[in-house]
Amino acid sequence: MNSVTDTLLSKISDWKNGFKGAYNIREDGGCAGRQSSESIKIEPKYDKPGIIIRISAKAQQETVYIPACVTHSGVSDLVYNDFTVEDGADVIIIAGCGVHSDGEEEARHNGIHRFIIGKNARVVYKEKHIGTGNGTGARNIDPVTDITMDEDSYMEMDTMQIGGVTNTNRTTTAALAKGAKLIIRERLLTDGDETAKSDFTVSLDGEGSGVDLVSRSVAKGNSYQNYHSVIKGNCPCSGHSECDAILVGEGIVNAAPELYAGHIDASLIHEAAIGKIAGEQITKLCTLGLTEEEAEQKIIEGFLK
Amino acid sequence: MLELKDIHWKTPEDEEILKGINLTVPKGKLTVITGPNGGGKTSLAKIIAGLYTPSSGQIIFNNEDITGLSITARARNGIAYAFQQPVRFKGLTVRDLLELSAETALTEDKLCSMLSTVGLCAQEYIDRNVDASLSGGESKRIEIATVLNRKNAQVLVFDEPEAGIDLWSFSNLINAFEALKTDNERTLVIISHQERIMEIADYIAVVADGRVRSFGKCDEVLPGLLAEERCAFCPKGDLRKEEC
Repeated sequence: MNSVTDTLLSKISDWKNGFKGAYNIREDGGCAGRQSSESIKIEPKYDKPGIIIRISAKAQQETVYIPACVTHSGVSDLVYNDFTVEDGADVIIIAGCGVHSDGEEEARHNGIHRFIIGKNARVVYKEKHIGTGNGTGARNIDPVTDITMDEDSYMEMDTMQIGGVTNTNRTTTAALAKGAKLIIRERLLTDGDETAKSDFTVSLDGEGSGVDLVSRSVAKGNSYQNYHSVIKGNCPCSGHSECDAILVGEGIVNAAPELYAGHIDASLIHEAAIGKIAGEQITKLCTLGLTEEEAEQKIIEGFLK
Repeated sequence: MLELKDIHWKTPEDEEILKGINLTVPKGKLTVITGPNGGGKTSLAKIIAGLYTPSSGQIIFNNEDITGLSITARARNGIAYAFQQPVRFKGLTVRDLLELSAETALTEDKLCSMLSTVGLCAQEYIDRNVDASLSGGESKRIEIATVLNRKNAQVLVFDEPEAGIDLWSFSNLINAFEALKTDNERTLVIISHQERIMEIADYIAVVADGRVRSFGKCDEVLPGLLAEERCAFCPKGDLRKEEC
């Protein structure tokens, strides 16, 4: 793999000159390294670009790494990755994507991830996105995540865009069976003229299913973010969504959360707040010796932590 | 060491709140500023910390005129300020705030020591966000802890530290103030109406209607205040009962 991939991997994953256990490293549309473990098998797809990650019930607290890197301008990578998680498996998936632009042409990665999560399985999915490089070409990442959760399964999805991505269009859909629980934590930072669109649709289809969706975003410079979420309560279930955004400079955020209660015992809550950093927060940190700029940075770091 | 000379301050609506405050805060001592509501005590505390800029007058600290210094510069010069209404943050934890205040990473033992002073158990609190999930009393105690443990603080200003905290924590707080007094290094300025805080003061200043109505050693001022308590806190700010 090239040095840009090495740098990007260290920013988006636990990369330290290698991964332990199962992994697949995608670089500029090709495979830069792959390894299966006894309980996690990674196979290529033959009908389209991508891989199938088969996680057996033997996987218990096992980690698999699936990062993707685009290391120069003029690359448009599209990948379809399917994760099948057997009943009772317990797995940590470290995904993430780094896009580096060094020229005038666009560098792009579109990752389409599909999860089929079995009964009583537990999945922690972590995904960091970053754009780097001094090229004028756009650094674009458009992830699509589609989740199907069987009875009493559990998934934590922790996604973070930590800067430098020119445009992102994120789509997440999930369908939950009886007793399934989905926790989503999204953090987005945009600056300059960057744009971000994030769209969630979660269907609570089984009795006792639940989702907790929290999105925090910071729009700096002239950046623009569009957030839309729909939680559909189709049965006795619980759903909570919260979207908070901080505006800095001329940043703009459009948030449109939506709740649909299709059953009398669907309990759905939404909270939202958008605004600039409260003056008193800056003042408090100044009384601890920080400058206004340092205080603002600290508040943003904490908010997105 | 901290001297306020003829301090005037008006609200943005042009209402004059401070009308010529003259006060020398003795170094290494505990001075309580008390007086009726609306008399200008909180405004005065904010003037000291730099949150408000006086419309006229001078603030002298360690022989330097700090009237024009920013909040940050004053904090770095050794002035620490505890808000009457604690500020809440989404995403900053109790540990984050205490480490910012101490300007260093803190061990759990050290955090435990800091928080137990204000009646909180570190294990329950250090990783909690300083947000609306904390009660008013919990937030208040964390706010006080950030000031008690502020690095290089020479003057610690507390605005009504007793407000919103329970009796047991209040006793801890009194002990903490008394412990600070014994080192004779740090100067405490406490805005308070609380008799127990006034009892441990070295000096008491009564501020009413934007002026210092009286100032003196605790044993000189407090008996009169207690005897004429109702009058001391009357809207007129006059200490003499017969005139109230």
